[in-house]
Amino acid sequence: MQGSNSKAFPASARAALDDAVLQSALHNLKSGFPVRRAEVVADLPEFEALRDAGRDIKDHTLANLDAYLELYEERVTASGGQVHWARTAAEACDIVMRICNDAGARTVTKGKSMVAEEIGLNERLDASGIRRVETDLGEYIVQLRGETPSHIIVPAVHVTRQEIGATFREAHDGLDPDRSLDDPRAITDEARERLRADFFAAEVGITGANFLIAESGSSVIVTNEGNGDLTQTLARVHVVVASIEKLVPTAEDAMAILRLLARSATGQEASVYTTVSTGPRRPGDPDGPEAYHVVLVDNGRSALIGTGFQDMLRCIRCAACMNHCPVYGAVGGHAYGWVYPGPMGAVLTPSLIGIDHSSHLPNASTFCGRCEQVCPMRIPLTRMMRNYRAVAHERGLGSRRARLALTLWVLVASRPVLYRWAARAGAAALRVLAFGRGRLRRLPLAAGWTATRDLPTPEAGGTFMSRYRRGQQR
Amino acid sequence: MQAPQRDEKPLRVGLFVTCLVDLFRPSVGFAAIRLLEDAGCEVVVPRSQGCCGQPAYNSGDNAGARAVARTLLDGFADCDHVVIPSGSCAGMLHHHLADLFADDAELGHRARHLAARCHELVSFLVDVLGVTSVEARCEARATYHDSCSGLRELGVREQPRRLLASVDGLELAEMTEAEVCCGFGGTFCVKYPEISDAMVANKLANIVAADAGLVLAGDLGCLLNMAGKASREGHDIAFRHVAEVLAGTDGTPALGRG
Ligand code: SF4
Repeated sequence: MQGSNSKAFPASARAALDDAVLQSALHNLKSGFPVRRAEVVADLPEFEALRDAGRDIKDHTLANLDAYLELYEERVTASGGQVHWARTAAEACDIVMRICNDAGARTVTKGKSMVAEEIGLNERLDASGIRRVETDLGEYIVQLRGETPSHIIVPAVHVTRQEIGATFREAHDGLDPDRSLDDPRAITDEARERLRADFFAAEVGITGANFLIAESGSSVIVTNEGNGDLTQTLARVHVVVASIEKLVPTAEDAMAILRLLARSATGQEASVYTTVSTGPRRPGDPDGPEAYHVVLVDNGRSALIGTGFQDMLRCIRCAACMNHCPVYGAVGGHAYGWVYPGPMGAVLTPSLIGIDHSSHLPNASTFCGRCEQVCPMRIPLTRMMRNYRAVAHERGLGSRRARLALTLWVLVASRPVLYRWAARAGAAALRVLAFGRGRLRRLPLAAGWTATRDLPTPEAGGTFMSRYRRGQQR
Repeated sequence: MQAPQRDEKPLRVGLFVTCLVDLFRPSVGFAAIRLLEDAGCEVVVPRSQGCCGQPAYNSGDNAGARAVARTLLDGFADCDHVVIPSGSCAGMLHHHLADLFADDAELGHRARHLAARCHELVSFLVDVLGVTSVEARCEARATYHDSCSGLRELGVREQPRRLLASVDGLELAEMTEAEVCCGFGGTFCVKYPEISDAMVANKLANIVAADAGLVLAGDLGCLLNMAGKASREGHDIAFRHVAEVLAGTDGTPALGRG
């Protein structure tokens, strides 16, 4: 898969663990969001019932997706907008480029959109010579640094405040060297001043969508910066790029899920801006774009319907799973090698680009289950990761050594008498190797463990089964 | 021990000892027997028991997992309950065993029958037998690590804390993020050792911050991992399975100490 570096997960993870700056950035994330989420969830007694409702809304929509998509298109058209269907990433990019060219776009402003990352829209825009301006602060920082987002709601979470200041000083001409960029306020002000002119200059504004509402043909975005509103109302043409599973039947459904989204994402009761757009500017409207386009992206999603991975299409990209994931917390988002990191990425990446390119991702989990404990849409993330492990195993992916070890182990463990004997021999051997010290500092076949940890040795006296048989009760 | 009196004949409980207890820590198995017997159960340890199959199941090798887990389907047929001193193995048997044999009517039936009777030890004592306190002594400031499967698959959280509160001399100090994974994860710790190490280092920092001299948990995998990290880093902290303290079997040296 072009653009994916998921196969290099182990090496990328090791590099991430050695990156002190990244580690300090990740530390703040781990200690921030989970605490705030727990507080706001505790304040909402009906949160668990709301999770059930959210799951049911999406399940119902997915079960009737064709009908709702048609209704949605009909309503968008009726409100003066236009829907474009894109089966693949390339088709989606072609459509967006065509709209930009027809509008004579020289500058395009863009709100945060993970699906735009997924389809490679940034690269396409940049290659075409159109000036792309990211308007979400995190995306803007990432763009200036020539990076990709490492988190789905905090794209620049891997960058420290000091680094942001340095990046701005390098990229912003005429920035007063004495001006302090030490606190978030100063950073935001600086970005805002730079972006203001671009909002007005842009011919086309591209946003994602958190929801598409079938009954009214509306798209909904939530932001904390208000950049999405400026992106979509100030440009002449508004293009919404959204994947098909963003659809919900009614505005009421969207509002129900919104209550889950902000709490799960940032621990807010509501995001600062929730913006509903329906079609282009109507006569008498004070503002709004002249044209309104929606590019509906499939890119492999419809193939998941009816499979064991359909539940993943309930995902609302709140990021609670990665905020609570100890593996994500240790290595950060870039190690995952593609657009979607953390537990949701460990399922979505193989779903979209294939397990052959990404078999590490569902394997790199302890199945601790913290992700699905907090997932507002009750997505069975560990079960689906396990299913992908089974697919990977069937296809013979993974290291040969690990497969051989597993085969040998199954051979022994499926024969209880042999297994008991092997356990006895193993216990005795480990004790001999430890010379009575109670722990091993080095063990050839477990070097990964003993490189940084001791291995406590088995208790004296033999295995439980042998002692129990001897009638020993202690 | 405080447990309700039963008039009927005692419950017949099969102990599934688990690979790690069998190999590394037999005293946990004996502690489990003592706790169950004190609560009035008749305890049996069937010979036909090996592994629950989790290493294969979590590696995506369902056929291998079936071959291993099959060995458990017969041994416990005459037990009212099957009790396991591990949240991880209990979770595997209680929640996943039936899925593993779903395609086979006969084995599937036996698997469902077994799965329904499987319990994690401490939650069995509290939730099924109604035990409210134990008679044990342990002078220590201890902290309790919530192992993931026990906590999230089986709801083991308050039960061990409740029984530990009745242990004489034991002071329980909660650590930050007690519910966050220690990084063991079965085969995870050998497949991704550096990530696993970062996770256990984080756990150890929280243990040290809680200023506890004793760490308790309900799963030996986590305990081996945390004890191994603590001893490599030179910390003088003892690690024990919670059953050892509840049963008062204190003569055995802590993990990694003899
Ligand atoms: S999988 Fe669940 S928790 Fe993770 S981003 Fe999606 S909805 Fe949020």
